Amino acid sequence: MISRLTAITLNTFREAVRDRVLYNLILFVLLLVASAPLFGQISIGMERLILVNVGLSSISLFGVIIAIFIGIGLVSKEIEKKTLYTILSRPVRRWEFIVGKYLGLIMTLVVNTALMTAGFYIALLVTKGLHKTDALLLVAIYFTVLQFLIVTALTVLFSTFSSPIFSAIFAFALFVIGTFAEDLKNFAAISKGAAKLLATAAAYLMPNFASLNVIAQTAHDQGVGGRLILFNTLYAMLYSASAVAAAVLIFERRNLK
Amino acid sequence: MNRNRLATSLFAVLLVLFFAGTVLCRSQVEKLRGKEVTLEEVLYMPSGKSVKRLSLGYSSLLADIYWTRAVQYFGEKSNQRSMRYDLLYPLLDITTDLDPHLIVSYEFGSLFLSQPPPEGAGQPEKAVALVEKGIRENPSYWRLYFTLGFIHYLDRRDYKAASEAFFKGSEVPGALPWMKVMAARMAEHGEDRSTALYLWKAVYDTSIDPQVKDTAMQHLASLRAEQDIEQLEQRVKLYRERTGVLPSRWLDMIRAGLLPGLPQDPDGTEYKLLPDGTVDVQDPAKYRFLDRNRNK
Repeated sequence: MISRLTAITLNTFREAVRDRVLYNLILFVLLLVASAPLFGQISIGMERLILVNVGLSSISLFGVIIAIFIGIGLVSKEIEKKTLYTILSRPVRRWEFIVGKYLGLIMTLVVNTALMTAGFYIALLVTKGLHKTDALLLVAIYFTVLQFLIVTALTVLFSTFSSPIFSAIFAFALFVIGTFAEDLKNFAAISKGAAKLLATAAAYLMPNFASLNVIAQTAHDQGVGGRLILFNTLYAMLYSASAVAAAVLIFERRNLK
Repeated sequence: MNRNRLATSLFAVLLVLFFAGTVLCRSQVEKLRGKEVTLEEVLYMPSGKSVKRLSLGYSSLLADIYWTRAVQYFGEKSNQRSMRYDLLYPLLDITTDLDPHLIVSYEFGSLFLSQPPPEGAGQPEKAVALVEKGIRENPSYWRLYFTLGFIHYLDRRDYKAASEAFFKGSEVPGALPWMKVMAARMAEHGEDRSTALYLWKAVYDTSIDPQVKDTAMQHLASLRAEQDIEQLEQRVKLYRERTGVLPSRWLDMIRAGLLPGLPQDPDGTEYKLLPDGTVDVQDPAKYRFLDRNRNK
């Protein structure tokens, strides 16, 4: 089972690399490093802050876009190319296919993020030099990776029953809603009766991306507590595991004939 | 049970367990982050105008979200009887930068800001700045002048500025005639209780929001109780002058012909006669603006 999962994971990663997904990294690093010296000229006393905000926001946005655009083709592409039938005719179970694909996408995104992070730190080095507090930014990047876990799981879930375009729309819509998850929770807190029940249910059902965004906080050199890191990690893992479990349940019942 | 069914059952159980886990984790995350953490983002924002540029044309939607956040923040702080409302003005400023025509945010936001703590933020100067911004953006909306005059009168005790605001508002086409009357009263009898009664009556009659009506009603009741208490204390003084002692109960004053019957507050409850000859209401919670008006 492990070897089958590893094989699917590595193949998904190789396929993404072959799709030139990582080309965006060159663009990202080039843009960031090239524009870094400009930040000093367009703003007074804020060059580091602007660079941090632009860099971290770009890592997040690039990652989410890649997660959605690779994830949506997960099942449909395999059906279109008829490779899915070849895979499933071997001793590979459907859940292994989904979980393996998911892990492959995560691997792609982690490598992608690691390289973008390297580029980002090079830009910081070029602009103002590195300081101790710059290590705090790694927490923001780690939380961004946790966001990718959830976005990818949701994209995989939608791709098991919907067309690529609708999967992209659904996943992106959930990303936007999740960004305002705490507003939804506050709305639930002040509602009454049936509206309160519905809003509370929706608030817990929607992913919470708000608590996974600490870009502004870390950009201002404010630390993030260890317990928050722990519970955010657990939350992202459990939420993405739920979404992948739901994807498996749908895919197990799907008629592929 | 075949393998497929086993996998389906297993993943169904996992789905439920994992999802239950997310609910628990999320509660923990919310506890750790605190309720105001999303709102505190405003402290990191350079200005509402830059937020507007980043909103990609959806500034009205974003303004609605920020307005909702401001209301929730105010409600939360107000329920806690908080003495500090640090994030209120930044939230309102960003809301009105995002949508300068969101009248409700000027009207209610300025009231949230101007009222003294714990009912409000106790920042009348910022309330004035917010309404003046609203007037600059919406010069034809006369009610904002009314709000401005109201804040000058009630929270800043600047009767001249209040009179000017009412007067300027009365010149806006469509303004109701009592704006002129209000301007005149402010100029001549700014400190009179009758002016306050007139003002709150106007708020009560013209507002369609039930909460504003309720607040106006409470102010009117407090003002009327204040008027009654002042008259009753004068009669107690008279009783003392006549008899040389203070009355121990209302019946003493009724027998002395100084009261026609048991004095009742606007709610119909009997007033309290205290041993030192002062008068108070039985339930101060019903007249939460009473002390403030008495100290005027």
